[in-house]
Amino acid sequence: MYQKDGESYFIVDAHVALWDARPENQRNIHGKQFIDCFYDYHANLSPVSEKWPYEEYLYQGGERFIKDIFTDGYVDHAIFQPAHLGEFYNTGFGQTEEAFALTQANPGRLTYNHNFDPRNGEAGLDQLRADAERFNLKGVKLYTAEWHGDSRGYKLNDPWTYRYFELCRELGIRNIHVHKGPTIRPLDRDAFDVADVDHAATDFTDLNFIVEHVGLPRLEDFCWIATQEPNVHGGLAVAMPFIHTRPRYFAQIMGELLYWIGEDRIQFSSDYAIWTPRWLIEAFVDFQIPEDMTEYAPITIEQKRKILGLNAAKMYDIPVPVELQLPNADETATGPRQPERADLAPV
Amino acid sequence: MAATTLPATLAATLHGVAEVPGPLTEGRVLRALDSVIDPELDEPITDLGFVRSVTLTGSSVEVHLRLPTSFCAPNFAYLMASDAKDALTALPNVGVVTVELDDHHDSDIINSGLVADAGYKGTFLHEAENDLDELRATFQRKAHTAAMERSLTEFLRARPELAETALANVVLGDLPDDSAKAALLRRRVTIGLSTVDSASVLVDERGSPYPAVLAALALRRARSTRISIDGNAHFCRGLLATRYPGSEVDLMPKAEQSYFPLSSIIRTHKRKIA
Repeated sequence: MYQKDGESYFIVDAHVALWDARPENQRNIHGKQFIDCFYDYHANLSPVSEKWPYEEYLYQGGERFIKDIFTDGYVDHAIFQPAHLGEFYNTGFGQTEEAFALTQANPGRLTYNHNFDPRNGEAGLDQLRADAERFNLKGVKLYTAEWHGDSRGYKLNDPWTYRYFELCRELGIRNIHVHKGPTIRPLDRDAFDVADVDHAATDFTDLNFIVEHVGLPRLEDFCWIATQEPNVHGGLAVAMPFIHTRPRYFAQIMGELLYWIGEDRIQFSSDYAIWTPRWLIEAFVDFQIPEDMTEYAPITIEQKRKILGLNAAKMYDIPVPVELQLPNADETATGPRQPERADLAPV
Repeated sequence: MAATTLPATLAATLHGVAEVPGPLTEGRVLRALDSVIDPELDEPITDLGFVRSVTLTGSSVEVHLRLPTSFCAPNFAYLMASDAKDALTALPNVGVVTVELDDHHDSDIINSGLVADAGYKGTFLHEAENDLDELRATFQRKAHTAAMERSLTEFLRARPELAETALANVVLGDLPDDSAKAALLRRRVTIGLSTVDSASVLVDERGSPYPAVLAALALRRARSTRISIDGNAHFCRGLLATRYPGSEVDLMPKAEQSYFPLSSIIRTHKRKIA
């Protein structure tokens, strides 16, 4: 719980990881390139006081995780969103056993989401059944740019992915977190294209699709899709730290999101350990759309409370004290739109 | 719509660059590389600091490129590297042209493909189905959308009394002859749209205007495209500087203002009211 100026904020950090990117776990040069890329994001977008040495960044472990997230970080509940990256790391990037053990040791404070890869075919379906039972899965994290043998990516509307979504439905896995990265086959298309989210969300209206990084670097396509598909949500990971480096740009992102998809479908996350939640939460609670930017309405305390925790809590049935709950807002001015209004869709 | 396959030539035409024969110099190499655009950011690779080094040996030139992360999309990486090679090969009096992309997860594949002039499909084999024309065209359309939003936002800023619905009636001839308009005209030429004064400004990628009732929404949508492009530029410029300390000196200020804080509209507005 975070309290400021007499207001209480129930915090759900909807995207955290417990990773191991130490050299002994790096399978090849790409393992190093991947964590170096993360570190550059961390180093470039963190306040100086929050920047970690490279060595600390490679691996945190459970104790540090608990301190950063719960002790120092104000977080009431955090959700693991592990990336597998089996082609880059010997035991994978996200540490399944360690994260799940931590989840069991901290009942009510952590949710463990796992992942699947539709390119694992039938065997992967069996594995998903077993994982769903073992981890009591409510959600999965998909990284469509994951390398897999000769393949360097898949789409959410591939026939095999649909087989997995059908199984998710059957197993009660309702929340599909999607990270879009580059290097998706075929490479001659837009490697960050989010159109497959649109197809999947249309065909699986009973599943929630949470597009991490609010679709960046395709914010506009994400906003458009989310406008038309009420089961598409935006995760703020990676967009959050702009609050420090480029607050006026962050204001525009928030302004666009609130305009297009509204306050009930945006989820806060630190993307730990890329960033730590404490400073992001403090900054967000203090944040306001600059007064001269009257193009956008000011962000209200209620909107902040929803974004910081209530939206994700609702999606994951995380209990929230009654006095902190809030009703849904009205539909946004823009939608959800009927298909015949999709006449503006091509950019 | 004409998909551009010879960007260097097109850029030279658009910018009126005349190729005067003369000795090869670093300056000439860099001017040639000015024509290579990051399709996603719509900015020259020379301004973005992506040119790591230029080495001249007699008439031969070797250029090394660098990108903000190892995982920058390989299609864009290839596109810029091969455009760079094309632009340099087109220089008069040039000998052997070598372009290498450093520190990318696909550096080996891309550099081998460049040496062999294998083309995109020849370079990426099973991972590519077509050449990059359509991808390039997609981002040329986005660049036009963003340029359109910048022009119209400026137009609105100068006319605080104007409603957004009125933008449906604005034609190119109404726009002031400034850098935003010049940028818009270049992007219209690139995607094959008319540049006559009577042409509507607020159009889709086929040049069809929007009715007044949809004008505000079309502008909002164009704005989200522009904000997305600007955001990517923030990431790329920031990450390059972090990845290659010292590279910030190579990051040139943008030639044309591509970032309009929306507040500037309002500020102007308030001043005029006061």
